[in-house]
Amino acid sequence: MNPWLDSVLVLLILTNLYLLGSSRISACIQSVAMQAVLLGLILLLAQPEGLGPRLLLLAAAGTIIKAGILPWLLRRAAREVGAQTEVEPLVGFTTSLLLGLVLLGAALHVAGRLRLPGQERSSLLVAVALFTTMVGLLLIVSRRKALMQTLGYLAMENGIYAFGLAFAVDEPLLVEMGVLLDVFVAVFVMGIAIHHISREFDHIDTDRLSALKD
Amino acid sequence: MSLLASLIHVVCALLLAPLLPGIINRVKAWYAGRRGPPLLQAYYDLWKLLHKGAVYSKTTTWLFVAGPIVGLACSGLAILIVPLGGVPGLVAFPGDFILLAYVLGLSRFFTILAALDTGSSFEGMGASREAFYAALAEPAMLLGLAAMTVQAHSLSLSNVYAAVTWGAMTTSAGPALLLVAAALLIVFLAENARIPVDDPNTHLELTMIHEVMVLDHSGPDLAMIEYGAMLKLWVLGTLLVGILVPVRSGFLGVDLIVGLGGMLVLAGLVGVVESTIARLRLVRVPQFLVAASVLSILAIVLVMR
Repeated sequence: MNPWLDSVLVLLILTNLYLLGSSRISACIQSVAMQAVLLGLILLLAQPEGLGPRLLLLAAAGTIIKAGILPWLLRRAAREVGAQTEVEPLVGFTTSLLLGLVLLGAALHVAGRLRLPGQERSSLLVAVALFTTMVGLLLIVSRRKALMQTLGYLAMENGIYAFGLAFAVDEPLLVEMGVLLDVFVAVFVMGIAIHHISREFDHIDTDRLSALKD
Repeated sequence: MSLLASLIHVVCALLLAPLLPGIINRVKAWYAGRRGPPLLQAYYDLWKLLHKGAVYSKTTTWLFVAGPIVGLACSGLAILIVPLGGVPGLVAFPGDFILLAYVLGLSRFFTILAALDTGSSFEGMGASREAFYAALAEPAMLLGLAAMTVQAHSLSLSNVYAAVTWGAMTTSAGPALLLVAAALLIVFLAENARIPVDDPNTHLELTMIHEVMVLDHSGPDLAMIEYGAMLKLWVLGTLLVGILVPVRSGFLGVDLIVGLGGMLVLAGLVGVVESTIARLRLVRVPQFLVAASVLSILAIVLVMR
């Protein structure tokens, strides 16, 4: 059991809970960026056989894209849209926090019962990966602002990335890169879409889109 | 030997507790560029209040008189239970952390009763808020201590805190202990009416919680309430210092001195927090306290995994 890895994983759980409990969009963007940095640390810490230049390069690339470029894009979108806070989420912030705890319990339960091939780096890592994915899903379904839903999507991707880290690190990295590229493009498109929606309709509350009639 | 160290801790707590608000106020004054009140101001205040007479409204009953007495007695009892780092509490038995929670609860209950006894609607409001926030802070504290009991495999606070060593901090229990420390810090600030939750300086504002309940007390009664509050600050502070200063040298004298130093540093830290953080809006406070409970539950999940 690696105490440093566990500490980083606990920090990852805390960023997830912060995402659920915070109403300020800029703080949530920071929190997702922080998750990316922590994932980079996990990639480095979860290596029993030492670090190579290839791993360092991959960790650096992932961290720069997810903690640098994506948050920059999102911040720009938030500024242009003028969205500062999630005012009235479909599920309240305190309720979201408590739901997050339930999800954490579920993730630990599932991770404990899951029989997965290959050696695991840390028993907590799978649980945290599942938890991050579920928090992302919860954010997507429980927030009104399109930006917060994008953040939920990013958190989900972080969870999938962490899940990949829990097993072989070398082989599925190509897959990982593919996912990263997908996310990059998706956030790019979302940023543009949010911008256009806000220019047309003065707000980015997605639940009002259903009121559109032709 | 251990009994002597515990006794010295209790005496030190009784003597030094009024020093903590003094340090907090000095740090706050230093941040604001003022000189601030003397370090011993709380002692002078207590001395002054003890030499004044008390005024009792005709509408009050014996409850109003009993409130401060029970409050001080409960705080004094709590001092006997809590350990200071490696120094065990004077009274230690399995399950004493539950007694601690109930003793603090009893003190709060009588303070609230005394406030309601005055018949003032203003004090009733303060009492309502105090009860509400305490109800949210108590699970955070109990769950946090429960996580520590699971980690230490003991139900006695003194054994639990003796198990918080530097070695335990660097193994897998470290993250859980730090989470408990964070939760206890929030409880510490909330229960002692410190800044993110309540502002101890706003004596006549509608947002205040704790100060409003003691508006009608005067003279020796007020001195007892103030001294009881200082002891409570010390009690909850020891719970926090016991985790954050994991020095268990094996020599109780060294542990005692390190622990006392930790308490003084903690008071300075509270001053820094009060100077740099704004008070939360009243509606946000419950969320802050629920976050403390969430941290405690997370700690339990981690140690039971």
